Amino acid sequence: MTQSATTPAPVLRIRGAALRRDGRELWSGLDLDVAPGELIAVLGPSGSGKTTLLRAILGLQPLSEGSITALGQRVQRRGNRRIGYLPQARPLPRDVVMRGRDLVSLGVDGHRFGFPFPRRGDRARVDALIDAVGARSFADRPVGVLSGGEQQRLRVGQALADNPRLLLCDEPLTSLDLANQQDVVRLIDAHRATGAGVLLVTHDINPVLDKVDRILYLANGRFTLGSPQEVLTSKVLSDLYGAPVFVLRAGDRLVVVGAPDAEESHHHHEHGDDE
Amino acid sequence: MTWALDWSDIGDALFGGLADYGDILALVHNSIWAGAVLGLVGGLIGVFVMQRDMAFAVHGISELSFAGAAAALLLGVDVVTGSIVGSLIAAGLIGWLGARARDRNSIIGVLMPFGLGLGILFLSLYDGRTANRFSLLTGQIVSVQNAQLGWLVVLSAFVLIALLLIWRPLRFDSLDPMPAAARGVPTVAISFAFMLLLGLVVAVAVHIIGALLVMALVVTPAAAAMRVATGPVAVPLLAALFGLVSAVGGILLAVMGTLPVSPYITTVSFLIYVVCRVIGARSGRVARAR
Repeated sequence: MTQSATTPAPVLRIRGAALRRDGRELWSGLDLDVAPGELIAVLGPSGSGKTTLLRAILGLQPLSEGSITALGQRVQRRGNRRIGYLPQARPLPRDVVMRGRDLVSLGVDGHRFGFPFPRRGDRARVDALIDAVGARSFADRPVGVLSGGEQQRLRVGQALADNPRLLLCDEPLTSLDLANQQDVVRLIDAHRATGAGVLLVTHDINPVLDKVDRILYLANGRFTLGSPQEVLTSKVLSDLYGAPVFVLRAGDRLVVVGAPDAEESHHHHEHGDDE
Repeated sequence: MTWALDWSDIGDALFGGLADYGDILALVHNSIWAGAVLGLVGGLIGVFVMQRDMAFAVHGISELSFAGAAAALLLGVDVVTGSIVGSLIAAGLIGWLGARARDRNSIIGVLMPFGLGLGILFLSLYDGRTANRFSLLTGQIVSVQNAQLGWLVVLSAFVLIALLLIWRPLRFDSLDPMPAAARGVPTVAISFAFMLLLGLVVAVAVHIIGALLVMALVVTPAAAAMRVATGPVAVPLLAALFGLVSAVGGILLAVMGTLPVSPYITTVSFLIYVVCRVIGARSGRVARAR
């Protein structure tokens, strides 16, 4: 990895990225650098290609155009263990036969082929991750009986298994209550503070508003990139959508009013194989 | 009018072999080995069958495996090979066309009667020994020849080793597919390899317990284990143990009398499940109360 003395090399570099789906352009000409320790929120209506962007960074789906360099390496292969991935907080079925700690340990040894003998240090690593996300008290219970917030903490532990310098979060707060949202945001922010870059897809900016460095807003076949103050204004979003959109402030929360959801009703399942 | 059965008949059917039990055991010891290895592997692979929600697929594969074996019987070629070919075709089709659970179930629903129908057609065209006919559907391990038993053991052992080699990535993909893909687990190759191994296990099971009863060794033991354990080591170990006890116990009980083996295996496996369910329900209540 090359690294100049003044500015550290970005953990993620996207150049000239474009995504077309069914002959419709979702965005093009997207350039994005994520610096170490930077948290960027990706906003936009459903069907705007937010999840696809994350999947492209992981090498799971091709872009229509452009190149991605993650952690100094051109993205070519499917999947990347050096990148942390935190999926949407979808509750696991009650009858899943797995304890909380097993969800974490999948991140530690789930990729390894060969006879499944534990390696020295695996157990200590899993314990350390469980402690880091504050899951000690429920780690040995079946995941099916854990709350959504408890499950999501464990998923954070799984995503951090290899101490990734780039963390991708896909709607990590959806379907969590406020207290659990704050807990998960705190964990993500703590990892960012160790110098990891974070790209966080969300439909609600409020839980992360005071942690976010920049916002990438995808909508209407275009995008806007900038600080929250620059992007989250009635004027910028109205320009982006090409329709009147209002950003209202209610206490310390922001509400975007009038933004059309899913332009045309393409009911694409962005999250791939929903069980 | 007399009863169709009288008590001495029942006694003979159940325990008629007891007098010569030692001799009988010596005759069937190869069958016991084959049953033991299959029970073990069936229990282990069953854990993934449950996690991937593929119990119905097992049934679908076994019907096509039956058709393959019946075709082999008719053509006068090796029956084990026939069942493997049928199994692998079914496993391949289900794996290829049925990536999503919903597609999968409809494909299996379409394949299954077709396979069963083909098999029955082949059997009715076949005019060899009648004992062979129904053994493919309902199993009769003790009538399988030694050369073939050797094959069944080798196949089971191959599946066991291959399964252990892909154990962790397969587990990751079964329990948590998106993060598994994100972390570079080759999910497509893993799914395909799993279907292949499952096809082989089913082909073996068709000869040991019969196409209609395969699930008793490939689904029931794992389902029972999951009722009483949640650990990543405890569940497969228990499932393998339950499979082993069902298969070996079934054979040992059956050769005491003159009844076929399969009902014994299915009954032992079912009773284990019932006991586990009761235990699981009790401890479940405790866990929820905590």
